[in-house]
Amino acid sequence: MLRDITLGQYYQTNSLLHRLDPRVKIMGTLVYIISLFLFRNLFVYLVVLGCLVSMIKLSKVPFSFMVRGLQPVMMILFLTVICNLLFTKGTVVYSVWLITITREGIELAFYMTVRFIMLIIGSTLMTLTTTPTQLTDGLESVLSPLNKIKVPVHEVAMMMSIALRFIPILMEEADKIMKAQLSRGADFETGNIFHRVKGMLPILVPLFISAFKRADDLAMAMDARCYRGGEGRSKMRPLIYKNVDRRAYMVMIIYLIIIVAVGVFV
Amino acid sequence: MIKIKNLVHEYIRRDENDEVTDITKAIDDVNIEVEKGQFVAILGHNGSGKSTLAKHINALLYPGEGSVMVDGKDTRNTENIWEIRQSAGMVFQNPDNQIIATVVEEDVGFGPENLGVAPEEIWQRVENSLKSVGMWKYRKDSPNKLSGGQKQRVAIAGIMAMHPKCIILDEATAMLDPKGRLEVMESVKKLNEVEKITVLHITHYMEEVIYADHVIVMDQGKVVMEGSPREIFSRVEELGRLHLEVPKITRLAYELQKEGVPLKNGILTEEEFIKELKSAGVV
Repeated sequence: MLRDITLGQYYQTNSLLHRLDPRVKIMGTLVYIISLFLFRNLFVYLVVLGCLVSMIKLSKVPFSFMVRGLQPVMMILFLTVICNLLFTKGTVVYSVWLITITREGIELAFYMTVRFIMLIIGSTLMTLTTTPTQLTDGLESVLSPLNKIKVPVHEVAMMMSIALRFIPILMEEADKIMKAQLSRGADFETGNIFHRVKGMLPILVPLFISAFKRADDLAMAMDARCYRGGEGRSKMRPLIYKNVDRRAYMVMIIYLIIIVAVGVFV
Repeated sequence: MIKIKNLVHEYIRRDENDEVTDITKAIDDVNIEVEKGQFVAILGHNGSGKSTLAKHINALLYPGEGSVMVDGKDTRNTENIWEIRQSAGMVFQNPDNQIIATVVEEDVGFGPENLGVAPEEIWQRVENSLKSVGMWKYRKDSPNKLSGGQKQRVAIAGIMAMHPKCIILDEATAMLDPKGRLEVMESVKKLNEVEKITVLHITHYMEEVIYADHVIVMDQGKVVMEGSPREIFSRVEELGRLHLEVPKITRLAYELQKEGVPLKNGILTEEEFIKELKSAGVV
């Protein structure tokens, strides 16, 4: 049951988006998110939507994969829509008993939903077209200016990539411990929520102990292979901008200009 | 290549008040010399100090007394540790806990990356070392998909990519199934013969000792026996007292010998046993 969770949801295919430098994609996603929140204007959203659809076409990733990213946040989205509908004050359009729905409320809920869905799909698109390793490499490079204010960027990126490596291992281990406890009569399925949370303890404690042991072993193995932080380290795949990447940056700038123009003048 | 002189290592246990409650001598006055290109096996049951010894050779531990010289460099000198770790690579017991990257080829490149090797050179090294352990076709795979033996071979390739002079296998076969163990041992033997890499194999499996040129048996932190596999295996009773079991075929030959069958001492393989039986006129 724990195996069903997939992380690092990379979709393997060969498209323009897959070939782009991870830094471009990270910056692109950032620009995209900013553009979503700059204006509350239907025409702006049409431009953004058009852009998103063409990006999805470019990525050659089936649309169903993007929707899959939406499923876990559907509940939150639903709740925010309800709250916006019920608790926004303004001109009343419909009223029955305690429930009053306002024009402003409908508007807010609509934009909220549109923003949310587009935000999730846009960022899912990035993780679908970028391998986890590329993603951490890209983040390390994009965030490297923070090094100057003593943020350990390389170390954080290294931790992220190690975490990615160990997630499946620890999940398998959790599964094993769970089965071991089940075979000794542990009960994870019945009872109220508090009861079930308490039931997880016999899984978490051994899991943590083993994770610490693994961390210790791994640190020693890294030491033995001469790891000594980011300094003096070379990269197997150094990030080098190609012409495609430069053009992608140009597209981003044009995109921002169009958004601002539409937002201000239309 | 490796010169260990009067090495002593103590594990000191302290209570909450920082007072010493217990001192265990994990290594007690050990002298070992390993020549370049040799295949040396270190045998011993649990707690004999063999893993502690391995960590000393990789400068993961420093000598309490005595000295450890690797390729002419003293491990006590902290300036040397990175050079020592590069020239004496170490493969650990748990295959999962020593693979760092999510893709095989990236893991093999981790060592050279740390050494600051140029990218083109790294790819060349990755290719050569993966080919030398026969894992080249798995280069794009996730380590999670591989079997234990394959993971250990990737770990060995990761060490090879650092161009070491010596590989230390610290019970690298202990968690593997018989097939995985054979895979790993064959890769290591090949590296020793073809690339002339010095190998230090630490194990408690007697069958793996037959690959070695030289065997060192440890017990309670001391070297108790030393010699060629044949010499060691002819001392069946003594090994038994150290809780070490000789391979079945050696045991059988030994028992037959005791019953008066004229066989030579320390038979290591089945082929050898059959040949001996024939020449003894038994079959």
